[in-house]
Amino acid sequence: MNDVQRKQTGDQKYEENFQRWYAAEEIDFVDAAAETRYKASLRRLKDAIQLRVPDRVPYMPIFQMYPLYEHGLNPRDAMYDYPKVRDAWKKVLIETDPDLYVGPLLAYPGRAFEAVDYRLMKWPGNGVGPDQTYQFVEGEYMMADEYDDFLFDPTDFMLRKYYPRVFGVLEPLTRLGPFHNGVWLGMLGWMAGFATPGVGEAFEKLVESAHEMQEWFTHLASLDAEIKALGYPNMVGGMTFAPFDFIGDTMRGTKGVMLDMFRCPDKLLAATEKMTRIAIRMGVDSAQESGNPMVWMFLHKGAGGFMSDEQYETFYWPSLRELLIGLIDAGLTPCVYSEGNYTPRLKNIVDVPKGKVLYHFESVDFKQAKEVLGDVACILGGPPLSMLATGSTTEVSDYCRMLIDVVGKDGGLIIDTDSIDEGKPENIRAMGPVIREYGVYS
Amino acid sequence: MHQELIDAITDMREDDALRLAGEIIEAGKDPLEILDACRQAMAIVGQRFEDGESFVPELILAGETLKGISEKVKPLLQRNAETEAAGSKIILGTVAGDIHDIAKDIVGFMLDINGFQVSDLGVDVPPTKFVEAAEETGAKIIGLSGFLTLAYDPMKDTVAALREAQLDDVRIMIGGGQVDEQIRLYTGADAFGKDAMSAVSLARQWSEEAQS
Repeated sequence: MNDVQRKQTGDQKYEENFQRWYAAEEIDFVDAAAETRYKASLRRLKDAIQLRVPDRVPYMPIFQMYPLYEHGLNPRDAMYDYPKVRDAWKKVLIETDPDLYVGPLLAYPGRAFEAVDYRLMKWPGNGVGPDQTYQFVEGEYMMADEYDDFLFDPTDFMLRKYYPRVFGVLEPLTRLGPFHNGVWLGMLGWMAGFATPGVGEAFEKLVESAHEMQEWFTHLASLDAEIKALGYPNMVGGMTFAPFDFIGDTMRGTKGVMLDMFRCPDKLLAATEKMTRIAIRMGVDSAQESGNPMVWMFLHKGAGGFMSDEQYETFYWPSLRELLIGLIDAGLTPCVYSEGNYTPRLKNIVDVPKGKVLYHFESVDFKQAKEVLGDVACILGGPPLSMLATGSTTEVSDYCRMLIDVVGKDGGLIIDTDSIDEGKPENIRAMGPVIREYGVYS
Repeated sequence: MHQELIDAITDMREDDALRLAGEIIEAGKDPLEILDACRQAMAIVGQRFEDGESFVPELILAGETLKGISEKVKPLLQRNAETEAAGSKIILGTVAGDIHDIAKDIVGFMLDINGFQVSDLGVDVPPTKFVEAAEETGAKIIGLSGFLTLAYDPMKDTVAALREAQLDDVRIMIGGGQVDEQIRLYTGADAFGKDAMSAVSLARQWSEEAQS
């Protein structure tokens, strides 16, 4: 960040970020129409975010494994044979012709996981069948009595305790001394630890995984370039996570984090606060790298039914709000993807600056969502996955019309979907036409 | 009556609850009194959950408190007094291909404290396992859990396998993040529930109907 950027307000930074994205200088469009379409989509998106009335409701299905199933491939192909994904993804995009797209970001590279013996997930061929999507393995990867270690030096804790538990091949790193011990003049004894048996091999495995990761990124980047060239902007610029979920999903597990709410609430809050700063930086860094201001986060443990209003207001929302504000101040657009019932949380999440945040709902009373959030934030939602997988095209069209009537009044709506693994192709293809026709603002 | 112990459990004062249970034991009281107090406390905890007054964290903490107390009490119990005859049997499991267990465990917990005998088959359970368990236990109620949309077909297959095994008087409920009426129709299950409370009320209703 230079001095000029430091003095800018969030709004000025946003405008600059958006204009850079909109200029699309790095994109080699296939034709002039593609460029026109690309820019029209971004204007439509910006109007929706800022609660102005766009020319029509923007539309953006979110695909996870669907393009593979639809084209005779399976998730194992996606995770191990990246070029195969490419055609399937492009075909599905062209068939559905959305305004914006979400790439195969969540297909993940299987070999990179294998090289480090990644234990937070089971994936096709490693714990689940080739036709299954990967699944998350929750557990206690940080023990209840380790909060102090984590708070003292999060990075050291990650390197020598957390990562060795999460990546099987990094177990030898538990035998290293703290990395911060190398600061004083000539005191390089801490380095001797690297000669401990197994440590060298652990780093080799890490490098092996890194190469695989690089190859996967290269594929993602070239697919992204091709799709953008066709005139579809990428909706995902960066990723981060709700601070409470950082602790709850990946470190303490549901049971652990919920017990901590009673047994050591102050430490849980301190760790959440620490994670908030990490989460802001993660979002800012990833958006800066992509040159795209849309920063996504997927919310898990704060859904209605999971915890009480009081617990949400104590443990979940304050840090999430701080994250949203941090991203907004950096000129970015937080895209909050809520999972589970969020109707009970509307009264909390409305407390954000106007026209800056996108809220996706998997399950909400949309009428109530519009009433509460309508003047504050753009709402994202679409036909439920159960309907896309087993319903009819008429039901899907009717649902889109309902959303346009109920939520789309005077703008503030983007029709998307939850992440689709399974869906009837005709149902998914039915969304575009009805939104293009019925979703036009006159 | 050990009201203080009951209050400690229901007020989520874990340390107090464990201390009080220890004091009752030291005073030479019948350990069954402690278990009885726990049962009363869990009924209150369950009721508050059903009423939307408390949530998953309270269920988990109360469960842990109970576990801690049981560990103190169990060595003192005569074997034949450990369990008492419980209510209807229910088989529960997450269907094939899905390894999510949190929601299933909450449903199991709620059924358990509502007096049902729950046999939990775990996660990634193939249809044949459900059939075998139904035949072995004679349970008339089966709950299928699944978080992913990929659970739809395994749910459908499990329902089909149970019907094929001619377990006609068995009733099947399904539940999970992406499950609704549309999926109930798709899978052929008898009912769906959107939360643990629906599972309990369905189970109550079905076992009353079976007994009448």
